[in-house]
Amino acid sequence: MKDLSYKSVMARKSEIMKQAVGIDYENYEIEGIAFDYERMMKEVGYSLEEIKTIQKETCVGSTPLVELKNINSLIKAISKPGKGARVFLKDEAANPSGSFKDRRASVSVYQAQKFGYKGVIAATSGNYGAGVASQAAKRGLNCIIVQETFDSKKNGQPEIIEKARACEYYGAEVVQLTVGPELFYYFLLLLEETGYFNASLYTPFGIAGVETLGSEIAGQMKEITGKEPDYVVVTHAGGGNLTGTARGLKKVGAHSTKVIGASVDLFGLHMASDGDFNRKSFTTGHTGFGIPFATFPDRSDVPRNAARALRYMDDYLLVTQGEVFYVTELLAQLEGLLRGPAGNTSLCAAISLATTMDSDKTIVVQETEYTGAGKSPYPQLNFAKSNGVEIITGNPSESIPGKNIVIPESPGMIRAKRYSLESLRISYINQAKKAYCKTEFSEIEKTFISEDIKENFDDVVKE
Amino acid sequence: MNEAKKGDFVKIHNIVLESSQRAPNVPEDTQKVPLEMWVNGFLLSETAETGDCVEIETFAGRRVTGEMVEVNPGFFHTFGQPVKELLRVGIEAKKIIKDYNARNDMP
Repeated sequence: MKDLSYKSVMARKSEIMKQAVGIDYENYEIEGIAFDYERMMKEVGYSLEEIKTIQKETCVGSTPLVELKNINSLIKAISKPGKGARVFLKDEAANPSGSFKDRRASVSVYQAQKFGYKGVIAATSGNYGAGVASQAAKRGLNCIIVQETFDSKKNGQPEIIEKARACEYYGAEVVQLTVGPELFYYFLLLLEETGYFNASLYTPFGIAGVETLGSEIAGQMKEITGKEPDYVVVTHAGGGNLTGTARGLKKVGAHSTKVIGASVDLFGLHMASDGDFNRKSFTTGHTGFGIPFATFPDRSDVPRNAARALRYMDDYLLVTQGEVFYVTELLAQLEGLLRGPAGNTSLCAAISLATTMDSDKTIVVQETEYTGAGKSPYPQLNFAKSNGVEIITGNPSESIPGKNIVIPESPGMIRAKRYSLESLRISYINQAKKAYCKTEFSEIEKTFISEDIKENFDDVVKE
Repeated sequence: MNEAKKGDFVKIHNIVLESSQRAPNVPEDTQKVPLEMWVNGFLLSETAETGDCVEIETFAGRRVTGEMVEVNPGFFHTFGQPVKELLRVGIEAKKIIKDYNARNDMP
């Protein structure tokens, strides 16, 4: 009988993971922090053509891309003359379970089936759960979704409860937990008990699945405007959405397209705090994931994270919760698209960015997500109110996460804040030192870090 | 008190970690409370009442033991009441566009 205590299970982590993802990450290790990322992606992942075939089998991808003409009129109206870039939207809600996460799930579940696993498990409170459950249903595999759902008073985020409903309807077992990082311990217990595949968000399979999103955007924009987009704005949390999209763009030659990360600013709220849990209105797409995962990607549930945002990010913009709720209304009422809210984080940043750019430039917002009971502005704001968060109309610059949500008085008040990539890079290096107990890195490690943060190591350290 | 019979769909509850067993790095407020778990499945015993310790079989076919807390558990999240701060957003945005178009001689 195996020891099921917290300490023993956590100590068996790498052994459990090796069984559960079928990847021997040791093969790609080079030295210290350095590992062969590209070889891992090539050997373990799939080519764009293979992914397209896999995704076609389960109705994933090939989603519409549309110009937001009415929102663009609004952008022009609030911009200085000559400014106001054209914003386009990739309607990822058209995927089977209603979000781009189906792309990630499709390849993971395909891989699980191919390797003969009886089922898949994913630890997620977000859309990814529904994605995995839906793909598992289609491929005839069992599915368990582990969610962080409730605070200690058993109050659940309505958005997360909605996702539990979706997963259960797809035939998945949904394990709901109270707040805490020990969710990972329970996740390991389940992997060990069932022998199922870990449909982690952070394997090469999951990331490869998103590459088609980038390649589709480049192709569709060429068809509509004759060229690749100037900017693609990506809602950034764990880094997979940004990494996969950027890799897909590059694979089809869209090298000049800039990839911008966007997160909801939740500074001041602790992600593992029982008290803070229900004082936030976004369960993903926020800085609570975005910054830690950008600066230390290998914190994920696999030994080496295939999602490495700083490798691909050209700029990082933060928006407030109130601004995202506001643009969710704009998207519904001006464009007839009831989507989000969390997925509209990138739309919000794109609107702000567009007002500062010349009118001949183009921006693609690369996702939308389905909207449902519990998962739309009214229930989420009502829930915030019932947890003591004040909802006010005003200037979003007065937002304090956990204390208030400020709905902008006018669209001109939507102003994304630039978060310095330099500080993310410095933080990356500091965290790497801590994780690897080092004060100095070898030349090989420095080369790896330079690639991983898209900036010369020595230049970052000098500053 | 709710009663269930064999095969009924029920929700069970378990304490996964007592507060004393929690990970050392969790924030103080989280440290003070246990890590709890809920899962739904089909009741395996002949009959049970809420509060009883029961065994269930989940959708994935796993057998799990815990305290039965609900029979035929449902979902009751809603679209909720309108939030007045958002009600004006669409109307105002349409007016801004209309005024802009009028200034620029657009239809």
